[in-house]
Amino acid sequence: MAITDAPKIITRRIEHPDSHTLERYLATGGYEGLRKALTMTPEAVAHEVDTASLLGRGGAGFPAGRKWAMLRKNPVTFLVVNGDESEPATFKDHLLIERDPHQLIEGVMIAAYALQVSQVFIYLRGEFALGLERTQAALNDAYSHGAVGNDIFGSGFSVDVVVHPGAGAYICGEETALLESLEGKRGFPRIKPPFFPAAIGLYGEPTVVNNVETMSNLPWIVLNGGAAFAALGEGRSTGTRLFALAGHVNNPGVFEIEMVKTTFHDLVYAPVLGGGIPHGRELKALIPGGVSAPWFGPDQIDLPLGQDEVADAGSMLGSGSVVVMDDHTCAVRASWRITKFFARESCGQCTPCREGSGWLEKIMERIETGNGREEDLDLLLDACDNIAPGLTWPPQQTTICVLGPSIPSSIGSAIQMFRDEFLVHIKEGGCPFD
Amino acid sequence: MSDTAQPQPQPAPMTARRPTGGPAATLAHLSPATATRARNLIALYPETRSALIPLCHLAQEQEGWLTPGVMVDIAALLNVTPAEVLGTATFYDMLHTEPVGTHVVSVCTNIACLLNGAMELLEHAESTLGVNAGGTTPDGVITLEEAECLADCDATPCVQVNHRYVGAQTPESFDALMSDLRSGARSADIPNHGTLNRVERTTGLQADRGQIAAERAATAGAQSERAAAAKQAGS
Repeated sequence: MAITDAPKIITRRIEHPDSHTLERYLATGGYEGLRKALTMTPEAVAHEVDTASLLGRGGAGFPAGRKWAMLRKNPVTFLVVNGDESEPATFKDHLLIERDPHQLIEGVMIAAYALQVSQVFIYLRGEFALGLERTQAALNDAYSHGAVGNDIFGSGFSVDVVVHPGAGAYICGEETALLESLEGKRGFPRIKPPFFPAAIGLYGEPTVVNNVETMSNLPWIVLNGGAAFAALGEGRSTGTRLFALAGHVNNPGVFEIEMVKTTFHDLVYAPVLGGGIPHGRELKALIPGGVSAPWFGPDQIDLPLGQDEVADAGSMLGSGSVVVMDDHTCAVRASWRITKFFARESCGQCTPCREGSGWLEKIMERIETGNGREEDLDLLLDACDNIAPGLTWPPQQTTICVLGPSIPSSIGSAIQMFRDEFLVHIKEGGCPFD
Repeated sequence: MSDTAQPQPQPAPMTARRPTGGPAATLAHLSPATATRARNLIALYPETRSALIPLCHLAQEQEGWLTPGVMVDIAALLNVTPAEVLGTATFYDMLHTEPVGTHVVSVCTNIACLLNGAMELLEHAESTLGVNAGGTTPDGVITLEEAECLADCDATPCVQVNHRYVGAQTPESFDALMSDLRSGARSADIPNHGTLNRVERTTGLQADRGQIAAERAATAGAQSERAAAAKQAGS
């Protein structure tokens, strides 16, 4: 395993300080992918994306081409772009939105053409004030440039794009909650199956919801061909992918890496990537794929960064974030904070999630603050079991959306990997790391 | 029943509870300039109610929070009840239905920041500002918030002021930041709370609305046909 010299597909422009401007975008091949797409049939464009076998970069990893194929039997659809990035320690879409908004808009236009959609909404996380301003400015410029709006580049194809701000709710990253939010309502996820957004989406009409990173890959795929994208990576995990590395590393940041060819070890320790753990400390655990994912121990660090490889090992690549925890980290405190996050962000529709997250958070707090009881470990696991019966991976679901079944991951991992640490907290009546 | 019984007042019909507003409604609380921008936003959406959250952001520019008055105006513009505006607004962390300070300072303590000193920074902020997270300083300048992940995890502990990133903070840099906020030294890059997006859309919708309406009607027709067919197959 090593770091490959795969091309930078979506981050090649961000070295320039003015990467968000139309001038820089046009000077670096901008909107050439859209121009090429408009000379092809919509079906041919969709075929390239299918060939690329581009897995959705939002977290679930559903192939974008297949998602689109579900739409084609319907006469009209909306395209909604999910830029509500709020999975803890995930900050890759933030980079793409702020630093290369034209690439996002070009990708959106290519998708709109392939799907023959006339209306697109780009839903951006409300806390991205700069991202909202840059995307709106880029959109204004794209309209003036003729890349968005009426009769795009003289092709006869017309699309309108609207930038829509969220208002601070993790759950709105869930696509059906996002659609509710876009309809001006509370962000309550919708019951599915049977009706996914592809059948009943925005205003009850067929809708495709795609992630920002997924869209940002499209200009390159159209220009270079789906086969060139599929030639990168391995198996089902094609192309490159953004990994957001955070926590105890010397060089945290977002890295574009060819899938499968690189390992977690490379990501954390390679000098050109994470650069190792500060103060010469040892790795205690890492959280792949966002805080909804089960943790990995040091013995799993040689796993490749691939969708199926990580899934087979009992976790997920999820949102592409990787959090590194060194050996001075309190596992109880870390999983308590993650649980507190879920308790705050549960939308409250389903009892197992709403009540369960609150219970778990309170129990975790009392263990961390020295008021834990020996039976608390069983109580924690029992409460987890009520949310996701059997504590399997992937989890069983008792709730409308997957926020609920995500709650037990961190507690389950922490107890499984660091049970002794919980017992020390309980027996000594406090946190040994304080 | 005696002859002297007074007639009871009849409750208003249910329909009267819904405002008969719309984009042309008369407004008492939004300024004329804000109302114009609100109407421009509404025009971007196929269904009026979709503009609810953008309008809430817009209305927060006036007072920094959603006063009951502006929520009445938003309801009138969108032809929904004020309760529906309140109901949506209270779901979202960024929409404030109670007064906040001129500057809302959000300190993230989620996992990546927690590992890099966020709790210590938040404790420092609470003690130096003299308020707990969620509180506002007595002079009304600063509201302190304990935030969830703000997606800037390579600059930890992460802090936003009025949803603008201010980079990784130490207790010392945090103190300097607070005095800059009080003196107005950062007013160029950090507008007061409520102003989210300073870039206005410069163009209206351009795709043929008639064609879109026809396509949507066709979709609705196809959907109801399929539903009817499914119902027939099921019965």
